[in-house]
Amino acid sequence: MAAIQSLLRRDRLWTFHGGIHVPDEKALSNGRAVEVMPLPKRLVIPLQQHIGATARPVVNVGERVLKGQLLAQAEGYVSACIHASSSGTLVAIEPHPVPHPSGLSALCAVIETDGEDTWAELPERMTQYAQLDPTEIRERIRWAGVVGLGGASFPTSVKLNPGPDQRIRTLIINGAECEPYITCDDLLMRERAGDILAGARIMHHLLGEPRILIGIEDNKPEAFEAMHFALAETDMRGYTEIRSIPTLYPSGGEKQLIRILTGEEVPTHAIPARIGIVCQNVGSAAAVADAVLKGRPLISRVVTVTGRAIAEPRNLEVRIGTPVSDLIAHCGGYRERPRKLVCGGPMMGFEIAHPEIPVTKPANCVLALTEAEAPDPGPALACIRCGRCAEVCPAKLLPQQLYWHARAKDLDRVQDYNLFDCIECGCCAQVCPSHIPLVQYYRYAKNEVWAREEDKRKAELARLRHEAKQARIERQERERKARLRQKKESLEASPGKSQTDQDAKKAAIEAAKQRAAAKKAAAAKAEETDDA
Amino acid sequence: MSAVLVSSPHGSRPNRVDRVMQEVLLALVPGVLAMIWFFGWGVLINIALAVTVAVAAEAAVMRVRRRPIAPAIGDYSAVVTAVLFAISVPPTLPWWMTLLGMLFAIVLVKQLYGGIGYNPFNPAMAAYVFLLVSYPVAMTTWLAPDMLAEHAVSFTESLGLIFGGALPSGVEWDAISAATPLDEMRGKLDQGMLIEEIRLSPLWGDFGGRGWEWVANGFLLGGVYLLWRRIITWHIPVSMLAALAVAAGAFWLLDPTTHPFPAFHLFSGAAILGAFFIATDPVSACTTKTGQLIFGASIGLLVFVIRTWGGYPDAVAFAVLLMNIAAPTIDHYTQPRVFGHTGNRANP
Repeated sequence: MAAIQSLLRRDRLWTFHGGIHVPDEKALSNGRAVEVMPLPKRLVIPLQQHIGATARPVVNVGERVLKGQLLAQAEGYVSACIHASSSGTLVAIEPHPVPHPSGLSALCAVIETDGEDTWAELPERMTQYAQLDPTEIRERIRWAGVVGLGGASFPTSVKLNPGPDQRIRTLIINGAECEPYITCDDLLMRERAGDILAGARIMHHLLGEPRILIGIEDNKPEAFEAMHFALAETDMRGYTEIRSIPTLYPSGGEKQLIRILTGEEVPTHAIPARIGIVCQNVGSAAAVADAVLKGRPLISRVVTVTGRAIAEPRNLEVRIGTPVSDLIAHCGGYRERPRKLVCGGPMMGFEIAHPEIPVTKPANCVLALTEAEAPDPGPALACIRCGRCAEVCPAKLLPQQLYWHARAKDLDRVQDYNLFDCIECGCCAQVCPSHIPLVQYYRYAKNEVWAREEDKRKAELARLRHEAKQARIERQERERKARLRQKKESLEASPGKSQTDQDAKKAAIEAAKQRAAAKKAAAAKAEETDDA
Repeated sequence: MSAVLVSSPHGSRPNRVDRVMQEVLLALVPGVLAMIWFFGWGVLINIALAVTVAVAAEAAVMRVRRRPIAPAIGDYSAVVTAVLFAISVPPTLPWWMTLLGMLFAIVLVKQLYGGIGYNPFNPAMAAYVFLLVSYPVAMTTWLAPDMLAEHAVSFTESLGLIFGGALPSGVEWDAISAATPLDEMRGKLDQGMLIEEIRLSPLWGDFGGRGWEWVANGFLLGGVYLLWRRIITWHIPVSMLAALAVAAGAFWLLDPTTHPFPAFHLFSGAAILGAFFIATDPVSACTTKTGQLIFGASIGLLVFVIRTWGGYPDAVAFAVLLMNIAAPTIDHYTQPRVFGHTGNRANP
């Protein structure tokens, strides 16, 4: 009976397959309040900080820009606007190393700040947004350049526009923050719970009033409390529930959190909207509130600077474009030489080679790991087929089979084993006793598949072009032959006419001959006169 | 900072192959101690000899293959193979048979297929079967458990038996050897005796053979340790022992006069050792959970079938090897449903 009651309880939680418990290391950085990082001398603001097309610059080099001024306009539907995060002079728009796993450079707007931090004129506040057209609110969010701040950086305005035939039943606000070390969402929930809820309320309005579920891992009791208190003061209690979920990596993954809170599985290759769910990060919710209620674009974010190599780990409110090295310096520099500098968490973040790279919208953490925290795993040993990887895989894949086939470059087989359902959470590699860099193999295989598909697409295009060309040549040949045939037929059909034609031609030729002879004679005559 | 940028995850990884193997060796200790207690020093001498030969063979092959030797030795996999082999063979086995068995296990069964992770068969069991088929007498001559033996074999006498084939002076084979419980049961049943008559012999303890059941308890303890340490999962041992018990139980219920009690099957011979330490060898077993249940249950059934109707008294080695062959096929047909997919995965 108790079991049935628990099944019927509204706050029931579900589980996903696998997952791992890793030391969360959050106590390193969650002890202090968020500190506002001083204005840096130079801001390097990448023009692409989101999934989708690079934004198009709308300012000229040399121009004075103000804080919050639009620097680059979103290009296309899936794109996001970029704003200046302080006032100063735009000194260059040039390639600069950016936070990207490839370590490559991308186009950035470089601003020499003037220290005045003067705001540009901001659009008016939409405090009465409930009376406005949703399109107008979405346009504001798009203007503000709000993207998913949990790491994926997908433009929020797109996510908040599921289309007319897609009814959204549940809005999930993701406060799980399951990656070890990272505490920026934790601190944001403690300090700006009201703004997060305000943002959620706006999204609730935009999505056709779905219920709201807020998921927070149970290793963040202060954040949970803060959100509870804030909720009690709103009019959202009727449709909003905050749920404490067990700490288990990767419960903050979109598909995993949806499963935990609703019991539903997002179908493969589909987005959550397919099953009537939209999932947004707490940071994105706060940014939506800023954009709509204050008219402020997204120009700063909370970044966790942590790891045992950092002297004083903490959370900083950082302007987009601030160099990572400034953040580390502000946290007292290094306590010891880090073995690894990572952007993001230890499970899914990527190593950065240049500490000069700027903070971008999705950059939630700067992690400096010591030798003890990230020892060299040593050379990978042979797979002993122990199957621990399959036990922990939240996508319920067979990582070991994927590894064999990826290693053998058998791209068909890796897809048979559903490579593209892999979320690259790293659980498999974390538990592998042979220390095989499994995720690296999957990324490699995915890239190979994409490259092959691209090649196929190109080959297909070339084939189509070739066929079109062949068809054109054949058509022209056919048409030429048809014309000739037609001519021939018409000639044969009217022999009389052709006779007269020939006579006329002959006459013309004769006339021309005569003209030529006369000319010759005249010329000869003239020559004689000259000689004389 | 490291010069090479490595893909995530970045933190330290707690698991290591050598630690897994060390845990397995640790888990073997209670059973091995029980064996030494009941069957004398020969057990220990066999282990030492087998480990030496296995490690040397592993190193030699790695050298020939021009691969680094240290990681191959350092993963302790050859040691585990050697210990499992040594505790499966009689404590008086001539030294050269152990040598032959270990060379067969390491060179042919393991390294010729590519070394650790690539062998389709369990090396220790393949070597055991190889010797059993080749030298059936030597492989089935067991010492009597300590309390039943007329003469306790000392350390030097064990050395003499193993390396010289010499019996202690003034002692006959009969004084130190005894049929194994499975042999005894099988032989007497074949003679038409009833279980009740057979059980009158002093060879029998509470469940299985005297002494033997304590060895099984020792391995059971080790198996529970492996489960607790999450080195193995319950799927293979439980399904194997359950299938064996169910099959034995069904026949015992039908005719208890000619079919021994299920606990006899579990606690005599190598059932417990096989369930926790041999069938669970990850390299040669199934990897999907459903597959592991099928794999384990099939081994259990095969053990019962071979013990009851087959030509050999114990059957764990044969059953494991037979199912090793089937493992890849079972894995193929038992793939789990992937998250977000409906129904079972279409078989590629």
